Amino acid sequence: MATASGLFLSEQNRFLVRRLLRNRAFVVGATLVAIVLLAILLAPVLTNGEPNRLAIRMRFRPPSGDFPFGTDNLGRDMFARVLYGGRLSLEIGLWVVVLNAVFGILLGALAGYFQRLDGPLMRLADALMAFPSVLLAIGIAAALGASATTAVIALAVVYIPRTARILRASVLVVRELDYVHASRAAGANDWHILFRHVLPNCMAPLLVQLSFVFAYAVLSEAVLSFLGLGAPPTVPSWGILIAEGRSYIREAWWLTVLPGTAIAITVLGLNLLGDGLRDVLDPRMKIEQS
Amino acid sequence: MAEPLLSVRNLTTEFATERGPALAVDNVDFDVGSGEVVGMIGESGSGKSVSALSILGLLPTPPARVRAGTAFFEGQDLLRLRASELRRIRGRRIGMIFQEPMTSLNPVFQIGDQIGETLRVHEKLGREAARRRAVELLDRVGIPSAAKRLDDYPHHLSGGMRQRVMIAIALACNPRLLIADEPTTALDVTVQAQILELLRALQRDSGMAILMITHNMGVIAEFADRVVVMYAGRVAETAPVERLFDHPRHPYSQGLLDATPVLERVERRLRTIPGSLPTPTGIDPGCRFAPRCELAQDECSRARPVPVAIAPGHAAACFRTDASAQWRLA
Repeated sequence: MATASGLFLSEQNRFLVRRLLRNRAFVVGATLVAIVLLAILLAPVLTNGEPNRLAIRMRFRPPSGDFPFGTDNLGRDMFARVLYGGRLSLEIGLWVVVLNAVFGILLGALAGYFQRLDGPLMRLADALMAFPSVLLAIGIAAALGASATTAVIALAVVYIPRTARILRASVLVVRELDYVHASRAAGANDWHILFRHVLPNCMAPLLVQLSFVFAYAVLSEAVLSFLGLGAPPTVPSWGILIAEGRSYIREAWWLTVLPGTAIAITVLGLNLLGDGLRDVLDPRMKIEQS
Repeated sequence: MAEPLLSVRNLTTEFATERGPALAVDNVDFDVGSGEVVGMIGESGSGKSVSALSILGLLPTPPARVRAGTAFFEGQDLLRLRASELRRIRGRRIGMIFQEPMTSLNPVFQIGDQIGETLRVHEKLGREAARRRAVELLDRVGIPSAAKRLDDYPHHLSGGMRQRVMIAIALACNPRLLIADEPTTALDVTVQAQILELLRALQRDSGMAILMITHNMGVIAEFADRVVVMYAGRVAETAPVERLFDHPRHPYSQGLLDATPVLERVERRLRTIPGSLPTPTGIDPGCRFAPRCELAQDECSRARPVPVAIAPGHAAACFRTDASAQWRLA
């Protein structure tokens, strides 16, 4: 069996895929995320491709066949604006995830593996986590000036300590396992042990955490943009759309409700995906498997 | 006598605890000759594993600290080597296998990779060369159709198979000394016998020395040339294996043998040693076994007994070796 399964996916990976496909939360979450991603990627095809084209005579059209999401106070097509706005929102979310992965792994691995660094790094993390996350993000974004890059940095700073802490906890467990001792007895050095034996066995909780960070980042980005601390409104993100629509909420509900729904679907999808991943990758499940 | 391969003197290792330093290994001396199989026996907490781990610098420091001693191996004092120098010896000149084969392999890598790892670390072999050597090694440790097993993950293998893989990893660089820390404790009795047989055969073929750490008298009897009996962090007795079984002179060795079932005398009720191990934090000037010893006299709790030579290669750290010769096996 082992030789045949090497053709496509290893036996272990196929097992994982099977388990994931049987997990309802994962399937629903992945489907929602896939729909959102697809819609955003296909925005040039699905819409007129001009989220900023003004058409004053068409202002405040409710959702209809011509304008599935209606139009705003300047007659811009909300469908295009929501899909193009999603690009920015997800792009920011993705960068936050990337920064989280890189620095979360780095700091978590250092803190968990090298006892000397544990105290200082974790106290720093405590200090950052002592602030309410959105407040901290607002503070950082306000200090650096509003831009998409600022939003990414602010959100990364907010979530990296959480990711690092989760990775540290896994590293603390894995570094005491027998195969780590065995590798040390075989003459491997610390870096080799850390990268080859410890980190690969800490990936499951990290993956779960990153899917949640993605969801939080999308949500928090909307908050920052809503407050005017995110991207400039030329290419609107979801948060900006809601902020703009807020003034007209009584006359044109679709200006706020539809971008809000887009955020809700994306965050729900990512959360379900993360839940499913957690269920399947849980260490207790791993024992059952071996 | 030729210079021993490994010569440990005055090894003293302590652990920092909340109740002060705990002496886990207290002035331990022992030798392992080239090509010799030495069994180190003692109960849990007697310091046998800590001795081995101290020599290889594998104890976490802190809390552990090697306070004194020397451990000469091939002319170098392992306790004075820099970490990087010691790493070059670990896995290359001294191999080690552990008690838990089920968890000693990394679950996310194929076993071929894990065997090749040591070779790539120490001998800088390339991927292909390491794979070829891995096949040879698996073959040597008696794993059938070795080439096919390379791509297996650890969870495909049974405990005995995994211990064979661990042995293959330990032997990858042809070490001169193999330290085996209770390699059979976690295995079924039949598999234990197979693993011991395999280790014996490998030892004969390669001429390497083995330091076998165990709490099982049966393993010692079957396996070792010479025995080091440890008690509460000290060496109680050293003897060639037949001498230990026929003429043990330390009351603790005698107690251990009395507590071991012997097939020919099924009817005998096994004798136990009263009391339990002293705490390693307490400081007592005398013999650490004295509180449990039937032969103990006043002097036993006043001064620390030094090893008394009884015969060539046989020494017991006891004041009452004269009395213990008559006392045993009533």
